[in-house]
Amino acid sequence: MKAFLILEDGTVFKGRSIGSSREVISEIVFNTSMTGYLEVLTDPSYAGQAVVMTYPLIGNYGICYEDMESDRPWPDAFIVRELSRQPSNFRSEDTIQNFLLKYDIPGIAGIDTRALTKILREKGTMNGCITTDENYSLTELLPCLRSYTTGKVVEKVTCKAPYVLPGAGKKVALLDLGAKRNIARSLNQRGCQVTVYPAGTSAEEILLGRPDGIMLSNGPGDPKECTDIIREIGKLYDSDVPIFAICLGHQLMALAKGADTYKMKYGHRGGNHPVRDLSTGRVYISSQNHGYVVDAERLDPSVAVPAFENVNDGTNEGLSYTGKKIFTVQFHPEACPGPQDSGYLFDRFIKMMEVDQ
Amino acid sequence: MPKNPDIKKVLVIGSGPIVIGQAAEFDYAGTQACRSLKEEGVEVVLLNSNPATIMTDKDIADKVYIEPLTVEVVEQLILKEKPDSVLPTLGGQAGLNLAMELDERGFLKENQVRLIGTTSETIKKAEDRLEFKSTMEKIGEPVAPSKVVENVEEGVEFTKRIGYPVVLRPAYTLGGSGGGIAHNHEELVEILENGLRLSRVGQVLVERCIAGWKEIEYEVMRDGAGNVITVCNMENIDPVGVHTGDSIVVAPSQTLGDKEYQMLRTSALNIITELKITGGCNVQFALKPDSFEYCVIEVNPRVSRSSALASKATGYPIAKVAAKIALGYTLDEIKNAITGKTYASFEPMLDYCVVKMPRLPFDKFISASRKLTTQMKATGEVMSISHSFEGGLMKAIRSLEQHVDSLLSYDFSGLNEEELYHQLARVDDRRIWVIAEALRKGISYEKIHEITKIDPWFIDKLAILVEMEKALKTQELTPELLAEAKRLEFPDSVIGRLAGRAEEEVKKLRYKNGITAAYKMVDTCAAEFEAATPYYYSVFGSENEAVSETGRKKVLVLGSGPIRIGQGIEFDFCSVHCTWAFAKEGFETIIINNNPETVSTDFDIADKLYFEPLTPEDVENVVRLEKPDGAVVQFGGQTAIKLTEALMKMGVPILGTSAENVNAAEDRELFDKILEECSIPRPAGDTVYTAEEAKKVANRLGYPVLVRPSYVLGGQGMQIAINDQDVDEFIGIINRIAQEHPILVDKYLMGKEIEVDAVCDGEDILIPGIMEHIERAGIHSGDSISVYPAQSISKKIKRVIEEYTKRLARSLHVIGLINIQFIVSNDEVYVIEVNPRSSRTVPYISKVTGIPIVPLATQVILGKKIRELGYTPGLQPEADYFAVKMPVFSFEKIRGADVSLGPEMKSTGECLGIAKSFDEALYKAFLGAGIRLPKHKNMIITVKDSDKLEAVDIARRFEAIGYRIFATRSTAKVLREHGVNAMRINKIESESPNLMDLILGHEIDLVIDTPSPGVGHSKDGFLIRRCAIETGVNVLTSLDTATALITSLENNHIQNLTLIDIAQIASRS
Repeated sequence: MKAFLILEDGTVFKGRSIGSSREVISEIVFNTSMTGYLEVLTDPSYAGQAVVMTYPLIGNYGICYEDMESDRPWPDAFIVRELSRQPSNFRSEDTIQNFLLKYDIPGIAGIDTRALTKILREKGTMNGCITTDENYSLTELLPCLRSYTTGKVVEKVTCKAPYVLPGAGKKVALLDLGAKRNIARSLNQRGCQVTVYPAGTSAEEILLGRPDGIMLSNGPGDPKECTDIIREIGKLYDSDVPIFAICLGHQLMALAKGADTYKMKYGHRGGNHPVRDLSTGRVYISSQNHGYVVDAERLDPSVAVPAFENVNDGTNEGLSYTGKKIFTVQFHPEACPGPQDSGYLFDRFIKMMEVDQ
Repeated sequence: MPKNPDIKKVLVIGSGPIVIGQAAEFDYAGTQACRSLKEEGVEVVLLNSNPATIMTDKDIADKVYIEPLTVEVVEQLILKEKPDSVLPTLGGQAGLNLAMELDERGFLKENQVRLIGTTSETIKKAEDRLEFKSTMEKIGEPVAPSKVVENVEEGVEFTKRIGYPVVLRPAYTLGGSGGGIAHNHEELVEILENGLRLSRVGQVLVERCIAGWKEIEYEVMRDGAGNVITVCNMENIDPVGVHTGDSIVVAPSQTLGDKEYQMLRTSALNIITELKITGGCNVQFALKPDSFEYCVIEVNPRVSRSSALASKATGYPIAKVAAKIALGYTLDEIKNAITGKTYASFEPMLDYCVVKMPRLPFDKFISASRKLTTQMKATGEVMSISHSFEGGLMKAIRSLEQHVDSLLSYDFSGLNEEELYHQLARVDDRRIWVIAEALRKGISYEKIHEITKIDPWFIDKLAILVEMEKALKTQELTPELLAEAKRLEFPDSVIGRLAGRAEEEVKKLRYKNGITAAYKMVDTCAAEFEAATPYYYSVFGSENEAVSETGRKKVLVLGSGPIRIGQGIEFDFCSVHCTWAFAKEGFETIIINNNPETVSTDFDIADKLYFEPLTPEDVENVVRLEKPDGAVVQFGGQTAIKLTEALMKMGVPILGTSAENVNAAEDRELFDKILEECSIPRPAGDTVYTAEEAKKVANRLGYPVLVRPSYVLGGQGMQIAINDQDVDEFIGIINRIAQEHPILVDKYLMGKEIEVDAVCDGEDILIPGIMEHIERAGIHSGDSISVYPAQSISKKIKRVIEEYTKRLARSLHVIGLINIQFIVSNDEVYVIEVNPRSSRTVPYISKVTGIPIVPLATQVILGKKIRELGYTPGLQPEADYFAVKMPVFSFEKIRGADVSLGPEMKSTGECLGIAKSFDEALYKAFLGAGIRLPKHKNMIITVKDSDKLEAVDIARRFEAIGYRIFATRSTAKVLREHGVNAMRINKIESESPNLMDLILGHEIDLVIDTPSPGVGHSKDGFLIRRCAIETGVNVLTSLDTATALITSLENNHIQNLTLIDIAQIASRS
């Protein structure tokens, strides 16, 4: 079946429909990872976005369900050049075609993903529509596309009730803002008992569990829309419990302490972003997925100082909170997909909790 | 970390002559490194024995020494030039081994020279089998159960414990020389004996066989601060068991999930961290296809063939970055030159699929076994880029220039299912064609996978191509089908053949429906950042990114494709220099080439690089976009010359010698006419199509005759026939491939062979020098020892040669370069071959005369006159130096290849000996070629009857320097009759002790075996020569070579070689 991707600037790509054939409008973003399409699809941070994979051959190793980073795929749509018809991997249980259908994710294949990526790079992230209706009308569609906003998405992706991953070590409270599974797993593997709380949980409730440390997860959307969560995180800051935050969690902590965030032109999404640890000068290759970033220029050094920066564009990649046992990063030390180079940050967090006692 | 200010003068050691396993990639890496060092204001001293390289050019390094790569030479050079540092990791294994030896001897320390880049401790840890294993064990990285053995018994004992099959890898050898897989006791003993001898340290690793596992490579970098990154990973389509240099390789890996990809990436980074690599490094893994189990196969702590491939596949210049790291920079201080924005501390992301295919020499060595093993056999490789694997593979196939253009090119259709199973089990270079046929016959993916262990993902891709073949054959050629076929990179000619249409018709249909090639960028970052100096690849069905408007005049330079015997690195030298010369004249330069190992495919050589096959259709696609003002074909070897006609049809002006005149040199009738007009004699001959005609001509001329196809390079298919039977056989071989042009049969003249390269501006010529071959006519010029200036011909003959060159260049209206080969027989000069293009000897003669021939020819092509350029026309005064160019062979790598020299070229590379005296030059040349004699002072002589008397003097001279001479019955008889104390030895079919026992006893330095010409060659001789080569014994098949060698040995009292800085040789005009 034919499918069309229509961008808000009027560009139309013609391709083939994959997955669900329903029409969808979403914010289009690109990801440059060459492996890990299932992890990308199941990363809750992509809620409210349609993902373009810049690597042209997707689905090569099929679907290994145990690699899912959450219960289901989150992107509104999936955009690829080519899906493999013969997946090959000893763990593969299904094809990506079936996976998309099973979860009713619409998508388009057979388009020039590089041309699309260049448009997004040059004009910035924009909205688009995927439709199988050959009689679409640009005059009707474009105003809809331009006015479309993602809205609040954190509440959609967070867990409904708290749950516990048992462990004999440190007790960590994980605030699930759309957490990838490997955050909890990374802590759990290091012996931590992890209690996962829904995003709407109050600071009081979290602290009531007397955690040794608090982990703020990644998540989707514009951080400034999460006003309630920001307020609660402000209270967590005051608690003196060691805190480690990733991605959205990092942005929300910054906002809670008076810093600002802004939307980047086209964000960082992929597995090759170099970040510099400003305390050592060492550079690590990181997994990234964010469209917003903390404005490091307008940071009060008495509150927090930059701890990491992006080597390519100099944007902020992490903060260290002055006089507090709090450090936060913009990138993804939990990887999945992507490089595992910064996994040591989980160890740093555990050490911080140990020292705290 | 900023640059280390103590590093001011660096010695870079190159990799020496091109041999299998060490080819152009090190010229590429070394050249990039030298430029990178010079960029930082560091003075560069370069040592390499290979004169055909770009790195040995005075534009690349400050001081250039083309000297033998021996420890003594390096020591002497260090004392002379006093560099403060040596950079050993950019010259391949040869350079690395030398640096290690110097370090071990304490020489470097004594002279306060440091090794920069990766340290010697690290190199030892990575290269020494034992140390490597214990290092891996220490950091918990798995290696296959293995043991380093130093004798056969130990190996047998260990194998008993771990069970057959086992893999054997000698330590410190090139391209896995002497390695292999043993399935039983006999194979084990044979490979072990051989490997122990070839290893520099007498060690062989015996290892659990992991054949059939996925072979995955990671190219990684580390800087002095400990930052680590991955440049690229690659997956071999051929599972473990085939050397990665002989495998079809795809980048990035295709069948690995993120878990496997990251597991191996983390492992590779842990390994280089533990080894403390500073620079580039290659890590090879075997990954079990049905679990996460893996093991580390090997680590190369230096740039390599794989790193060249990774650089070209991603746009990340590994050698350049490695050189900067060696100077002290960290990855985040080094700019990514492609984007101009990002830094070297990032990982390239590909948004395309890269396919590399090996160029195997089985078209040259028809007697050789095509079996692929852990011993590399490829002489070169091609790389292609596409959006799909299918497209990449189709482009790579046609880039090979081996008469293959699709999966239909080798015909296995005659095999039934059972026979196909057998054929599939044979691991050779035609395996993908066999799989295609198996798929056509309906054999299941499972069955094919079971036999070949090739991942079903790749089998499915081949199936997609096979399905397209069928669709084109059976369905109507609709625009949709055509578009899909082009997306899969089917050439128009193949589509036409399958659909029953003419190629031209297919092309018209394409254009009518707007199905044209578009070009995409290699930008290192999957379009995330804007690119400053990208390069391009074609795809169908996408938007074009290449902008063609610059306003400057544009010249198209056609590259020379994969390195093969007969067309080597020298043509890349010419292409690159021509490109630079055009750029200097203000042209926008565009290169098309597909060889990832070369300098010409580096991103900053031409203004634009198109990484594409060199077929007329692919070139036309670029021409349609770029509309160049002209094209040069005379620098890219036969590959470029063959495109002349097609370019003219496209309306592209050929710059320099016109196509008609190129043709006139190759077309026998036209050429004869020209010779007649010029009153230049040539050996009598005629053109034929069939064996019958050929025999008639041969009998008229009288045997021996030379039989060869026209329009070939390296004398491919050329043979000397002594009777009708030979003619039948040779014509049969030539006609195995349909010939578009007639076959030539010439009278064979025994005489001195002389070679000349000249620049002609239409009126005047400039001959930098006359070269003379040591071997008499009949041995291909590329396989002959060549001496400049010519030694044995009179002034008068030199004048005749100059005059003939002038007449020929003028009558052929040569504008640019011309190469002529003469035979001098009985004081008469005959022309045997004229190539109106650049030749193999151009780099060498440029360097030893100091005349920059290629830039000069380029300026002449642009209309300048030789006189205007400040040169006096004619034969230039002879230099004060003697220069001897010595061919180097890779026979030990190719099982079953006949080593005897003849009119068909067999050498893979060359080295140079340059000195103030002829004797020293000759001595250096032999030394550079790796012939280090005497060792045991035993030799075998077995020569054909006509050579026997001549052999006496040679034998006498060897005897005089202490050699014990063994000879077969009749040779021994003649030698003894003339007073040489030769010991008679039985031929191989006779009882022991015979020749074979003697050779296998490892106490023989040298075999002189001149085979009788023609088909009636003895099987014995072939066996003797093979056996000698495989046991590391030097084999000479020409008495002239033997004479040169004994002359050199008589002079080996030369202790202190004079080292000559080539950069100081100024043109004498």
